Amino acid sequence: MSGAVTASTDSVRSGVRDKSLRVVDVRRADDYKKDHIPTAVNLPLADLLSDDDPGRVAKLAGAMGIDNETSVVVYDDTFGALASRVAWTLEYIGHADVSLLEGTYADWKSLGLESDSDTPDVQKKDHAASVRPEILATAEYLESAKERDDVILVDNRERLNYLEQHIPGAISIPYRTLGGNGRILRSQEEMRRLLENRGVSDTSEIITYCGSVGTLSGLAYYALKSAGHKNARLYVRSFKEWKSLQKPTAKQEDASYWDLSAE
Amino acid sequence: MQARDPRQKIDWSRMEEADNFAKTVRLFRQGRYDADSFRRFRLQHGAYGTRMTGDYAMVRIKIPAGEVYPHHLEQISRLSEQYSIGSAHFSTRENIQLHWVILEDVSEIMRGLAEVGLTSREACGNTVRNVMCSPLSGVCPDEEFDSTPYALATARFFLRNPMAQNLPRKFKFNFTCCEQHGMARMVDVGLIPATRDGERGFKVFLGGGLGNKSYVGHQLEEFTPEEDLLYTSISVMRIFDRLGDRKNMARNRMRYLVHDMGWEKFQNLVLKERAIVRATQSVVTQLQVDRTPGVIRRPLQVCDESGSSRDGYAKWLKTNTMPQKQPEYHTVFVTLEAGDITSGQLVSLAGLIREHSSEGKARAGFSQNVALRYVHKDDLPPLYSKLLDAGLAKSGALTMSAPIGCSGTTSCNLALTNSHRLAKEIQRKLLAMGLDDDPDLYDSSIKISGCPNSCGQHGIATIGFYGGGGRVGKDMYPNYQMSLAGRSDAGTMLGQTCARVPAKRVIPVILKIIEIFRGNKKPGDTLKSWLHRVATGAEDSDVKSISDIKKMLDPLIVPPTKDEDPDFYLDYGSDTNYHTKTGKGECAA
Repeated sequence: MSGAVTASTDSVRSGVRDKSLRVVDVRRADDYKKDHIPTAVNLPLADLLSDDDPGRVAKLAGAMGIDNETSVVVYDDTFGALASRVAWTLEYIGHADVSLLEGTYADWKSLGLESDSDTPDVQKKDHAASVRPEILATAEYLESAKERDDVILVDNRERLNYLEQHIPGAISIPYRTLGGNGRILRSQEEMRRLLENRGVSDTSEIITYCGSVGTLSGLAYYALKSAGHKNARLYVRSFKEWKSLQKPTAKQEDASYWDLSAE
Repeated sequence: MQARDPRQKIDWSRMEEADNFAKTVRLFRQGRYDADSFRRFRLQHGAYGTRMTGDYAMVRIKIPAGEVYPHHLEQISRLSEQYSIGSAHFSTRENIQLHWVILEDVSEIMRGLAEVGLTSREACGNTVRNVMCSPLSGVCPDEEFDSTPYALATARFFLRNPMAQNLPRKFKFNFTCCEQHGMARMVDVGLIPATRDGERGFKVFLGGGLGNKSYVGHQLEEFTPEEDLLYTSISVMRIFDRLGDRKNMARNRMRYLVHDMGWEKFQNLVLKERAIVRATQSVVTQLQVDRTPGVIRRPLQVCDESGSSRDGYAKWLKTNTMPQKQPEYHTVFVTLEAGDITSGQLVSLAGLIREHSSEGKARAGFSQNVALRYVHKDDLPPLYSKLLDAGLAKSGALTMSAPIGCSGTTSCNLALTNSHRLAKEIQRKLLAMGLDDDPDLYDSSIKISGCPNSCGQHGIATIGFYGGGGRVGKDMYPNYQMSLAGRSDAGTMLGQTCARVPAKRVIPVILKIIEIFRGNKKPGDTLKSWLHRVATGAEDSDVKSISDIKKMLDPLIVPPTKDEDPDFYLDYGSDTNYHTKTGKGECAA
């Protein structure tokens, strides 16, 4: 299934049956222990984020029985955002064959598909870390890149957060826009139409960011890939780092939009 | 993908309009479409401008006759999360609005609406705006008959009709149930069902409306028979189209034409024009009035009385529900803070309509609220319980404690103050004080506009406000002009100007007015009836006029210096010093 951004439910089921697939569940350990997709291993996102140095991530992958050639499918129960962050990290250390389950675990369960609470026996493997800097944006990179005409910066937080404060020049595509019709990502046709309306061209480099750790913007990274945008980067430390570095921000002035929210 | 509910007989949408809109936005952005033409096009499709920016729009979704189905609410919930701010807004004219939408995404919303048979077409611009109908039409104990089918037929006739695409200005129809509920006299064409010798017809009121200058409408004739409804509507629009002022946008609603010409002359013109229309219209030009009765089927219920023991049930029952003319059925009003509802609440509401309304749909109300009708009396406790869980059980829906506030500085280019937030603040205060439970205040209302243009309908409020700026030396503060004793029922009257009240003194002033009323009222008085006497010079207590009330309020409204009270100089929802700032309005584009 190399190349596709999402893996269909059917293909995951057959991959599980014929053991051609390593399924990674990124929910919390307690949830995983209750039940999960059969043969899935658990890598809670928080564990990964506690230290996502490429060397350590490669070791974590190896411990899950993933070497550079293993087909990997990642899933979560958070509309694909956490799974995306893990999948992106594997890509970043040079893992090519990684995709996202098309739905969430809740969707899987609601279809009545198989699950169990067994922890699989995993044969440890070696995963090399050959970092792919071309899919990462650091604050420093972003600062100079965003001045270029062929770079588009995308903010994936909710609209009100964007209006209040964002990185100057960013456009707003809230993470809720990315999914639809019971899938973590909307169809390629719909995603392409949305981006085309927004003037996001195929030839641009696109940098995504969100609030803090690159989950919502990780999902956007895959949404862009699924729509055929090959040149995308994730600003993984996102707006939290940008603010802590006291970089410039922009806001929509002279309007009290928060008071329209019923929250 | 959602699909249209088969019970919704009229599909208001055209999918191709979404593609056309997307294409036109691209041409506009490429500079191949001039700004004025684009603005007209955008408004014709229901996308209104947003405060201080050309990058965002407000999409106004028409809910003709207020009839809204559960799957509409679910779809609007999704659209609000994807393209707006995660909340939607119920307006005073039975529209549902999505704010802060990126102009380039408007076409995506139009697609989503078309999937469920809704449209934003002609929700703005110089067109026939959403045709309103009383949320109680069909269930009101005082109505002659249900005007809903006529409202729907009128909306259907004029939507995309060439004769309504380029009027001098916007044009509004309000159908209502009876004299009490509705605003037949404060709109271009207002209609109240009436019968004569068993024959159906309407009392038709023309030339009313609220705005910078408001007028009360005039009754065309004693009785307008049903078959004359369309001829009358067409002839009024033809006269307006021909004689309406196309130059002076500030004074070109039909009410100005009626006022300048004089009612008798206008009335004669309409009657003559109608004779011509009647004689010359093709026989196929008819209103398609669908009088098939709706299906009333009580959803299966798990018997559950526990809701009645939950906090606030008795008060909610008293202040949010009304018995219908159909025995054992009630209409339940859901009040929203200034009309705002979260995407999650929209989904909850859709579920509750399915579970508890025997007609399987709801009505948008006149007060930024929603009505669930045909709720069986035995289902009221479980419904309350679920509304409470969804955060939708605020009491006081049918009392003064549910103020109206237009969008104000939250999104409108013309606004001078944050009327929207002020309405929320007043509601919270009145509910916290339990004033929703005071029967003397039930039939009163508080309505707030952020500028003189009356979207908040302040002119017909018992206590009405419109925003402006006040000044002490160099320092500005948010200020409101207050009027008292307005009403929109059979005795429709515009409120009388009372005093300028600084934003941060509005709540104390409202409480003081209640106190003055309590000190002077007679048995049987409500705040509304008492203020009516004061305003019309018929009161014989110490308070004989609105200016007497002003004198009693004067000590409360003296501005402090900035050192004494810096908060006084901030508007609600803002932490920077107040200054008036407006852009170009589009009501008259």
